Amino acid sequence: MIEVLKPGLATTVQDAGRPGYYNVGIPLSGALDQYSFRAANLLVGNDENAAVLECTLVGPELRFTRDAVIAVTGAQMAPKLDGATGALNESIAVKAGTVVSFDFMRLGARAYLAVAGGIDVPTVLGSRSTYGLGAFGGFQGRKLAAGDTLSFGTPGAGARAGRRLDPGLAAALPKELELRVLTGLYWHRVTDESQAAFFEDTWSVAPEADRIGYRYRHGRALQFRDHPQPFGAGSDPSNIVDAGYPYGSIQVPGGLEPIILHRDAVSGGGYAMIGTVISADMDRIAQMQPNYKAKFVEVQMDAALAARADYKQRLQRLRAELA
Amino acid sequence: MAIGTARYTFGGDEHVFVELSEEMSLEAFFKGMAITSALDRRKVPGVTEICPSNASYLVRFDPDRIRADEMMKLLQQLEKEVGAADLQLDTRIIEIPVYYNDPWTRETLMRFRERHQDPNSTDIEYAARVNKLPSVDAFIEAHSGSPWFVSMVGFVAGLPFLYQLVERARQIQVPKYLRPRTDTPKLTIGHGGCFSCIYSVRGAGGYQMFGITPAPIFEPSQGLPYLKDFMCLFRPGDIVKWKPIDREQYDAAVKEVEAGRFDLKIRPVQFSLSKFLADPARTNAKLVEALT
Repeated sequence: MIEVLKPGLATTVQDAGRPGYYNVGIPLSGALDQYSFRAANLLVGNDENAAVLECTLVGPELRFTRDAVIAVTGAQMAPKLDGATGALNESIAVKAGTVVSFDFMRLGARAYLAVAGGIDVPTVLGSRSTYGLGAFGGFQGRKLAAGDTLSFGTPGAGARAGRRLDPGLAAALPKELELRVLTGLYWHRVTDESQAAFFEDTWSVAPEADRIGYRYRHGRALQFRDHPQPFGAGSDPSNIVDAGYPYGSIQVPGGLEPIILHRDAVSGGGYAMIGTVISADMDRIAQMQPNYKAKFVEVQMDAALAARADYKQRLQRLRAELA
Repeated sequence: MAIGTARYTFGGDEHVFVELSEEMSLEAFFKGMAITSALDRRKVPGVTEICPSNASYLVRFDPDRIRADEMMKLLQQLEKEVGAADLQLDTRIIEIPVYYNDPWTRETLMRFRERHQDPNSTDIEYAARVNKLPSVDAFIEAHSGSPWFVSMVGFVAGLPFLYQLVERARQIQVPKYLRPRTDTPKLTIGHGGCFSCIYSVRGAGGYQMFGITPAPIFEPSQGLPYLKDFMCLFRPGDIVKWKPIDREQYDAAVKEVEAGRFDLKIRPVQFSLSKFLADPARTNAKLVEALT
């Protein structure tokens, strides 16, 4: 068992996610940084899709009541075993009775704590991931609270301490980065001047950045073209007849602050989307703290697919190295 | 009525978004239902989500299993196949009891008056006035008299968007709040633009609030008989008839819900778009007959 002494800022149980129900408003959920989530599992000898703890900005304090093998990946937030600093990106043995806490987060935004055997919560619609807005999945449908106790499964044959991730295979955690965007959707509704400004400006992550969506600010406000509002669309020029929102799509309510929807997305609504961040860059968004900076870079489909192939290859190397 | 040319666009490398019409119409919704149902029946490998929504639809796919250009081509081909055929839907009509003008949404709307167009009246009084209806009772009659289509399910889990089955001139239209509220009671009946909705969970919202239903529509615990199969009641294409109830009926229904005995009246019906367009009143009367 794992007893939660302090829950951290927003610690949730997540796995590979829950596809197939977006048509009734139930989003994918799952670890926001899928690469680091898989790395954590592979380090402790789990199936790479086993459930882990996603720890956001401030880590939890946990007491293990049985021996375990753990690994922490993703953000730079070192684990501490009864106060002694342990390694990141490495499998570590934890004795029964040990309190695992965390140093402050130096870089990145989300650390993944895998436990050999996987976090054991019931599956809902095929996944153990927490969906907060719907209050189901994960541990009782919510982030962890002090006093909760979590079980974990029986460690697999590959569970042992001392496995290390090649530093070249750990998540990069830059404070300034480029996010590649395929324009489209309702991009034609944005004026030429604002289209240019969107890619010229540097955007900072706003404090309102969570698993549903990442909000950015400090760029110029977007202007929409003069256009009679269609029946049913609502009166603001950024409004459309309510429609489905792609994962990674960028909406700009009132033209003010772009919001990129992530894995707990609201599945649809009435704001024009101006483009979509490519699938290969979604993990990088997950590691952005408030005030980290992004520039949006326009790419075409072939570049998006090439980036996707690179991402898959990197994942293959990870699997090969930790097999 | 023709709805013009559909617009196809990629949402990144994993989605195709198809806008069938810029404006809301039953024709656009029906076309979307026909195409997405046809796609669903084909069980195309690599297609992971099929989401019809009002006047558009969204498909999520895995470009490693089906090429992006092929995905888009397939949808364009399905649009041609569906073509101008008479669109028929085998669906169901669901009667949803509504306690209009209830004390809970009233308490909530009073807390957010400064975000409203008209701080001196309630949401339903305001909606009656901007739709040129003489009274709140007349508004309730207009809202609950003709049935509604579930034209999209989403935003959050199980939340239905509804579009009324009446001529455009009779559509109820109300602007959203000037600034969204930070709170909305669970199971509030809301309305923004030309759409009504039922808030499936408590939370933020910008739609005007008209009333509340005692009927749970999203329950992960799946305790009620009509939620045994799935935790969300609504699917796109369902038809809803509101049934006004009073405080006594509301309280009795809530007791039934708490005892796990509450059930809804749900009946199978067929809907034909051409028949509806030819004679809306008669078509609606037949639909509602299924509930008696």
